[in-house]
Amino acid sequence: MITILPTAKRTKPRTSARPSWEEKPTLFGQLGKFLSLCLVLGVILFPLYCVVITSFSTQASINIAGGIVVVPHGLTLDAYRQMLDGGVVTRAVIIALVITLAGTAISMVVSVLCAYGLSRQHSFGHRTILMTFIATMFFSGGLIPTFIVVANIFHGYDQYWALILPSAVSVFNILIIRSFYMNTARDLIDAAKIDGAGDWRILWSVVLPTSKAVNVVMALFYGVTYWNSWFNVLLYMPADNSKWPIQYVLYEYVNQGASMPGGGSPDIAGHAQPAPLSLQMAVVVLTLIPILIVYPFTQKHFAKGALTGAIKG
Amino acid sequence: MTATTTGRSTGSGDARPAKPDRAKLKGRPRERAKKPRLTWRVRLRRDRTLILMTLPALVLIIAFNYLPMFGTVTAFQFYDYISGFFHSPWAGLGNFQQLFADSNFWHAFENTLVLSLVQLVLFFPIPIALAIMLNSVLSAKLRSFIQAVVYLPHFFSWVLVVTLFQEMLGGAGLLNHILRLNGVGVWNVMSDPNTFKYLVTAQAVWKEAGWGIIVFLAAIAAIDTSLYEAAAADGAGRWRRIWHITLPGMRGVIVLMLVLRLGNALTVGFEQFLIQRNAVGSDASEVLDTYSYYYGVIANNYGLGTAAGLFKGIVSLVLVLAANKLAHFFGEDGLYRSSK
Repeated sequence: MITILPTAKRTKPRTSARPSWEEKPTLFGQLGKFLSLCLVLGVILFPLYCVVITSFSTQASINIAGGIVVVPHGLTLDAYRQMLDGGVVTRAVIIALVITLAGTAISMVVSVLCAYGLSRQHSFGHRTILMTFIATMFFSGGLIPTFIVVANIFHGYDQYWALILPSAVSVFNILIIRSFYMNTARDLIDAAKIDGAGDWRILWSVVLPTSKAVNVVMALFYGVTYWNSWFNVLLYMPADNSKWPIQYVLYEYVNQGASMPGGGSPDIAGHAQPAPLSLQMAVVVLTLIPILIVYPFTQKHFAKGALTGAIKG
Repeated sequence: MTATTTGRSTGSGDARPAKPDRAKLKGRPRERAKKPRLTWRVRLRRDRTLILMTLPALVLIIAFNYLPMFGTVTAFQFYDYISGFFHSPWAGLGNFQQLFADSNFWHAFENTLVLSLVQLVLFFPIPIALAIMLNSVLSAKLRSFIQAVVYLPHFFSWVLVVTLFQEMLGGAGLLNHILRLNGVGVWNVMSDPNTFKYLVTAQAVWKEAGWGIIVFLAAIAAIDTSLYEAAAADGAGRWRRIWHITLPGMRGVIVLMLVLRLGNALTVGFEQFLIQRNAVGSDASEVLDTYSYYYGVIANNYGLGTAAGLFKGIVSLVLVLAANKLAHFFGEDGLYRSSK
């Protein structure tokens, strides 16, 4: 029913050498391409560089720069020390990590089981169940009814599960995983069946090990969604700052500039100040770190995991 | 372990009932090719493990997707917390009357369309151009490095992206610091309602344009390289090869992406606008989704919020179908094709 996703069918792997028929580029063309690539990379990397440098800067250095630091004059770990002292931010990081790990585990188990369950095209109820899932991609209840269901019917207000379960299943991800499993070599599965393996065994020892790329990428997708979740917190637990995960802390204390408890020292009049810039930027860096840690391991699988296969119904 | 053994018995079970049938059919070679269809009982028994496996996902989908779908009845109710979906008094089309009489709603609708159009025009060509440029980089190492960098912002949250923009372009950010040092006036891009549509487009480009090239790169990689060789032999230069081979080769994917974009025309960065609403005000940043959120959740008018959501859903569905028709009209596959 639905098809997307072209598959690369290059027979020979592409080499770095210039094909013999291609003309040598002009100097002007080379320069133009080089500059535009630099521009693209610069636009992405420069803000990240500034944020990291500022988070390590001393207050004096920030004062000299008059805000965001580009050229550092003295570095310190103070901001991180202050932040990981056990205050709001430390708690928020731990909460976000737990939600991310638990959520990813739940999502992956549910999705992998479902994808495998739907991967045999002529099984009983296959089409009906599949259509039940695909229909949710076209019709949705919308924001308010979902909120009412979670908050009023299941009493999820102020509960952590409300940040996980409503978004635990992504039909799109299931369809991608499924199309991978359908391509798992039939003879491997048949051989396992002849050896007496049941479906659970086949899933665990044949299908899962042969489709690592898609599993890794999907786990990353789910993990990133949970780590980045902000709106669900706004919906279901905006009141209590001791329950916030890191993204909401980032929003409240850095983006909206609210004063951070234990963050900034009160000014002379006794009003709480927004946290110092280095501290704010340290929060930004903290939200980046888990993504940067996981990213290199999964990056090589992207094209494969995100694209391959067509979805057939 | 018990699960494994039940799986085994059902696994071998599907072969057994087929055998006698086959023997019976032996004398009639014409019908032998036709596989005897198993009764549904046998198939259910054979596949019960598979069905069991889909259950957790099915339960979640029913609870959090189908129940809310049923909950759209709220649009025709005066919803109140105690009575719930089932006992709230009916409002008929009252919520829709209120909705269509509200100038704020039409303003949000207009904003949504304008923002969508601006994003379509300014955002859409960028990943295509980037993909073509990246494909022309010869060194495989450099290519994968650039890919790693441009994909990265896709994994950042909107809060993070907006914060980064704020530190660069906001009132206390780098740009304004430089402007001040040079004696030029201050221009707080982040809270300027007039340029907001370009700001959010820039943010969307920064975050998603890199990720968008994946599909186009795959499309380019699927083009037969001998076409380029033949074109070069015929004297076509670099740009003409892009125009006559690369772009037509990407046509299917480009149309598909356009269809998806048009189908989602009423969905423009909800979180992105919610986060920046305090800075630029609701006049510039109100879209259908934020309208639904503010009137529903914040102002507690669930009926009105749901009505706005339902309106959006119906228009979106019509747009998807229309866009898909359009794709078929241009001879492309589009999002789906009715199966023959």
